[in-house]
Amino acid sequence: MIEIIINGKKIKTEEGKTILEAARENNIDIPVLCNHSDLKPGASCRICAVEIKGSKKLLPACATKARPNMEVITDSPKISKTRKINLELLFSQHKEECFDCVWNGECSLLDLVDKYKVKINRFDDRKKNYPVYQFGNAIQFDSSKCIDCRNCIEACHLQGVDFLEIKEKGSLFQVVPSETKDCIYCGQCLIHCPAGAFESVGEFEDIEKPLKQKDKIVVFQFAPSIRSTLGEEFGLPYGKLVTGKIVAGLKRLGVDKIFDTCVGADFTTTSEAEEVVERIKSNKNLPVLTSCCPSWVKFLEQKYPEFIPNISTTRSPQVILGGLIKTYWAQEQGLDPKKIFVVSIMPCTAKKFEIIRPENNVLGMRPVDCVLTTREFARLLMRHKIDLSKLKPEKMDNMFGNPSGGGGVMESAFRTAYEKITNTKLKNVEFKQVRGMQGIKETEVKVGSKTRKIAVINGLGLAKKFMEEIKSGKRKGYTCIEVMACPGGCVGGGGQPVPTDAKIREKRALSLYEVDKKKKIRKAHENPIVKKIYKEFLKDKKLAHKILHTSYSRKGRGLIKKI
Amino acid sequence: MAKDIIKELKKYNLSGRSGSGFPTGLKWELVKNCRADKKYIICNGSEGEPKNFKDKFILENYPEIVIEGIKTALEAIDNSSAFIYLRKDYYQKFNDNLKKLIKELPIKIIKKQGGYLGGEETVICEAIEGKRPEPRIKPPFPTEFGLWGYPTLVNNVETFYCAGKISQGRYEGTRFYTITGDVKNQGVYELPEKYTVKEILKKTDNYPDFDFFVQSGGGAMGEILLEKELNKTIQGIGCIVVFNAEKTDPFALMKEWTKFFLAENCDRCTPCREGIYRIDEMLNNKKMDKQTLNDIIFVLKETSLCPLGANAYKPFETLIKKIIK
Repeated sequence: MIEIIINGKKIKTEEGKTILEAARENNIDIPVLCNHSDLKPGASCRICAVEIKGSKKLLPACATKARPNMEVITDSPKISKTRKINLELLFSQHKEECFDCVWNGECSLLDLVDKYKVKINRFDDRKKNYPVYQFGNAIQFDSSKCIDCRNCIEACHLQGVDFLEIKEKGSLFQVVPSETKDCIYCGQCLIHCPAGAFESVGEFEDIEKPLKQKDKIVVFQFAPSIRSTLGEEFGLPYGKLVTGKIVAGLKRLGVDKIFDTCVGADFTTTSEAEEVVERIKSNKNLPVLTSCCPSWVKFLEQKYPEFIPNISTTRSPQVILGGLIKTYWAQEQGLDPKKIFVVSIMPCTAKKFEIIRPENNVLGMRPVDCVLTTREFARLLMRHKIDLSKLKPEKMDNMFGNPSGGGGVMESAFRTAYEKITNTKLKNVEFKQVRGMQGIKETEVKVGSKTRKIAVINGLGLAKKFMEEIKSGKRKGYTCIEVMACPGGCVGGGGQPVPTDAKIREKRALSLYEVDKKKKIRKAHENPIVKKIYKEFLKDKKLAHKILHTSYSRKGRGLIKKI
Repeated sequence: MAKDIIKELKKYNLSGRSGSGFPTGLKWELVKNCRADKKYIICNGSEGEPKNFKDKFILENYPEIVIEGIKTALEAIDNSSAFIYLRKDYYQKFNDNLKKLIKELPIKIIKKQGGYLGGEETVICEAIEGKRPEPRIKPPFPTEFGLWGYPTLVNNVETFYCAGKISQGRYEGTRFYTITGDVKNQGVYELPEKYTVKEILKKTDNYPDFDFFVQSGGGAMGEILLEKELNKTIQGIGCIVVFNAEKTDPFALMKEWTKFFLAENCDRCTPCREGIYRIDEMLNNKKMDKQTLNDIIFVLKETSLCPLGANAYKPFETLIKKIIK
């Protein structure tokens, strides 16, 4: 521990911490813009600049390490003056469209306007004619809002993608999409942009679309992680579970049926478990790579086509559930599947891309017609003046409303596979070693006579490194590898509310584990609806294949256009 | 080693000739005393400020003394190896000759990446490591955390020339001056460092007989001095540009500077990227707003990350104060 003095007050902090970290631990507020705890400090905005005794100029608190006996002043007329002017310069490159910003009033730029008496229109917007780029059908980047902090570039780099770059045009650098690489639609750029320059496609224009399908039966499903994140948009604490409130909100919107994507996940894991069993028995195409995360799948198809045979052919939960809704459920209800409009609420921007993959069609139909992100769903409720926080919880519709408490995909599939191979019940249901927030988690499980290695990876950058090590032989002997492209998995997805950081992701994840624990049925294949549909409907192997499985192929670059 | 070179550097009060004027003896000592398995030495030959070409002059005329200086540093600092970092045209011109002089010494010659800012010490480290040539946040300084994280001594070509001279016992307290602009005898001159601007202009037979002002210390970042202010030595790099007061359009001159800064800055921090853009915009519109200019100068001075931003205000501030008024 070292001692430093902030605003005349002696405080203790650990060596190696920045002034900003030391100040925050002691509830001393230093404004920041470009700082994000996931990223190494870029120190570009200069808003956190503070006075340090002995230094001629101000220094950024986010990037300056605390040194013993350092004397720091975090606010003074001089500091306020620099903040005001630098903010005015930042606003001069940022086109304000606050009414449809992903930050939705939580804007760290606007927050500082009052305090520092900032004239936001002191200068003309120099970027007003800068282009909007669209990446696939998932993400839009409005470069006229960019404040050049380059957080998106850093986030994209951490993902191992490096699709966003800086390029000098004239005498100024701009953030631009790469001319050779491709976006995987994970949306980490969006999550880390303080200026709201990124949004998902349709975030503000098309969200009413699903409800306008009046001649259709509108069916909503929502992903597991939504229930622990949506509340944030309505001022509820991080990790607050709002499952029943989501159902109530959807009913207020006039949605006909509401199902749980977790039930889709039970089918996914049951099917994936079968694949694991088969591949273990035939010792082929191991390790099995999970297929639930569309960013990861796209990344593999483009960057590691040699691993395509390893990807589980099982469809993702939303796709399987969508397919079952349009086949089994339609049949049960005596409905024309063409009249059913399925909407998924997903934590993810890439899920928008997943539903337009033709390989995912079922009997010539798209299994899901529209994907809304968590944020988009919140906007939809707000537009209809529905305050989620005040709603009384309601119950999900039957049929696809009761999931098991399966945990992560690989965890759940492996548990099922274990029982199928060994014919014994797995006592220890939770693989504790593969839970938590570290990027790479591994565990070994004795299955019969052999010890099986499984790994769960959150964060595509880490996954890329992992795959390189598998290619080079440095890592070997894995049976299953689960990858989720976003840090912390889906709770940190590109469709989730902002802000998102490690602490927030942890709170979101913890309450999801609590949901699982409370479930009586912890194994996907024991879910009665799974048993029933497998027995009655999916016994037709051809049909089962069409609903449960998909295919992959080497892919070129997706659509990247300038609007 | 025959004599303690660091003591010698301190005895002569040698300070860096790249513009920052950091005491050379202290810098060598910092690197020498750092505990590390490996250390690096970089001879910075990337001079990029307009109207300045003294390092080129030295590499052309006294390369053996520069190599002597680097050799001295290699001997003074244990487990060290060196790089000579040259801007592209200098690399083409001097690479062969320098290689002959280097012989078996552990010195590699590297071609510069990027523009003017490519010469800043932390940018050089990034570039040699193969990264995007952008400044690092200081501290830590390269003396402690430089190339690949090892303690690194970065000195300018002229500084190594002086170190070489000191090691040979031939140092006479001179420095190199580049004189350009409205003068008869443009060129690089080696003269005592105690000389004032006035003395330098007189000694080189360049003192104008017309109404003039000079930019002293750098072709872009130097400050503007009036004729009555020439009784002082030069700060920054030894660069003097003489302007005929009657024939010089101060707005065109400022435009020259903004063009340079806009092209050469890295666009990373707000005050430098946006501030210089706005100064340039005002010049284009021929409408200088004093309040705006002062505000921009204030944030450049106080909140820029690297020396380019922190010093860019100087010529504008002094030109406006003294010439435009």
